[in-house]
This record gives sequence, C-alpha cells and structure tokens, in this order.
Amino acid sequence: MVTMQPNRPKVEVLWWQGCPSTPRALAELERVMSELGLDPTAIEVREVDSDERAHAESFHGSPTIRIDGRDVQPPAPAEPIALACRIYRLRDGRISPTPDPEDLAEALSSAIAVSERR
Amino acid sequence: MSDAAARLGLGDPAPALELPDTEGVTHSQADDRAAPASVVIFTCNHCPYALAWHERLMQVARDYADRGVRFYAINPNDAARYPADSLKAMRARVREEPWPMPYLRDEAQTVTRRWGARTTPDVFVLGPDTRLRYRGAPDADYDDPGEDGAWLREALDDLLAGREVRRPQTEPVGCSIKWK
Repeated sequence: MVTMQPNRPKVEVLWWQGCPSTPRALAELERVMSELGLDPTAIEVREVDSDERAHAESFHGSPTIRIDGRDVQPPAPAEPIALACRIYRLRDGRISPTPDPEDLAEALSSAIAVSERR
Repeated sequence: MSDAAARLGLGDPAPALELPDTEGVTHSQADDRAAPASVVIFTCNHCPYALAWHERLMQVARDYADRGVRFYAINPNDAARYPADSLKAMRARVREEPWPMPYLRDEAQTVTRRWGARTTPDVFVLGPDTRLRYRGAPDADYDDPGEDGAWLREALDDLLAGREVRRPQTEPVGCSIKWK
C-alpha cells in the first residue's frame, strides 16, 4: 500500500496546445509520483496560451515541469521564452520532448527530503 | 493563417518546389523527373521531435543516395518569433554537421502551405511520376533510434521495387508549423 507524504512538494505542469508532448510527460510524471508515494492528482496543470502568458510564467516551452517552483531541467540562460516544444536532454544524451523520468524522480526526491528537514 | 490551405493528397502531383538553400543556391524539385523517388521533409532547428528524428532521416538519405533518390529538407518556420530557425542558424547547423540533402528556407511559407505540411517533421515521398506516394512520420517512435526511419524506408523500398507503397499514410508527429 502506498503511503502519501504529509509534506508533499508542489508539482506544476505548464503546457501549450501547439506541442503534443503533454500527455506523455504527464503520464511519466504521474507514474514517478506514484512510485514515490505522492498523489498524482495533486499536480497543478496550467495552459499557457499567449506570448503574454508565456512571459508572465517564464515559460520556455511545453511541457515545463516545476517542483516547488524549480524547473526539473532548468533552461539555459539563452533559451528564449516561447510558445514552443521544450527540448530536453535524456541522461543518455539523446534529445527528447519530455524530461528523463530519472530527472523527475531526482527532483521529486530532493523536494521531499527538503520538506522533511523543515 | 493556419495550415488550412490546399492539402496534397495521395496520388496528387506535387506542387512546385523551388527554394534557396542555406548558401543561397536555388533547388527545384522539377529537376527530379528522372529520379525513382524524391523525399521532401519539413523540419526545423528548434523542435525536439525534428531533432530526435534528425540523424535517422540523414542516415536514410545517405543509404538511398546511390539509388538515385533525391532528398530535400525545408524549414518553414517564422524566424522572427523563433530565432533558432533563422537562415543564419540554419547555415550554422549545416556547416557544423554536413547534411546529405539541401536544407531549404521557405521564407514566404508558400511551398509549405501548398504541400499542406502540418508539423516538423512531416515527410512526403514522391514516386517517379512526382505524385505523392507516402506522407507522415519517419517511423513509429521518435524516442526509439532502433526504428531507423522504418516507414520511410519501407515506402522507398516499395517505390524502388515498382510496387504500390504498402503503408502510404501515417500520422505526422511533431511541433506545429510556426506560421507568420
């Protein structure tokens, strides 16, 4: 039986409709959260649908996943804010439209550890 | 304007394709009358799907070059909003990693509208009569290099053998074309 963490991290997914990556990213995120005992229904999903909104959200592409406000794979400083698909690097070096599930697990585990120390 | 312009259907004659490459040299698909097949790939620099499939598509072009198949890559995206797709960025990429096909710029997006491309990548294969014989994705999974452009290779193998393409249409998967 899965035990939910009392101090669960805030998980946000920002997406744009012009990019088809969101369902896969959400599925992988939900799986990783479940494996860590977190409730995947707590994910906050927000659509970014305009350039103005993209700037307001510091949105560098879809999907953007933040754990307690921190990007799971922080964008390079030169990466523009844009309504676009996000480019991720998998741990084996390949390019992907979604983050490496191990990066998701690491980011979530770190956030859990921080919250438990508070 | 969206991509709702005329769509190129299977069996239709290919619309005109005459565009400059990254060095300003104009390429015309009309020059391919003697080719057994031609491949037109709408692609770009900024899309992870296009990048994930890129090396597979380059390898297909290398593998079929000696059989007379002609390949063209076209970047149609609005570079004002997506600077990674500017002509300058295209040129830098080609100089950094030589391509086995010309990388063409559709600045006016006219060719892209006429062909009805929707995503990057979006692959079109023409037969020796320059009619559309395959349209869709390179293979079943951008995330699996082992797929090796299987759907595109299958279409080319069928055409080169003088057969009907057994799987003439698949769903293109990738980033939306960035219209002006």
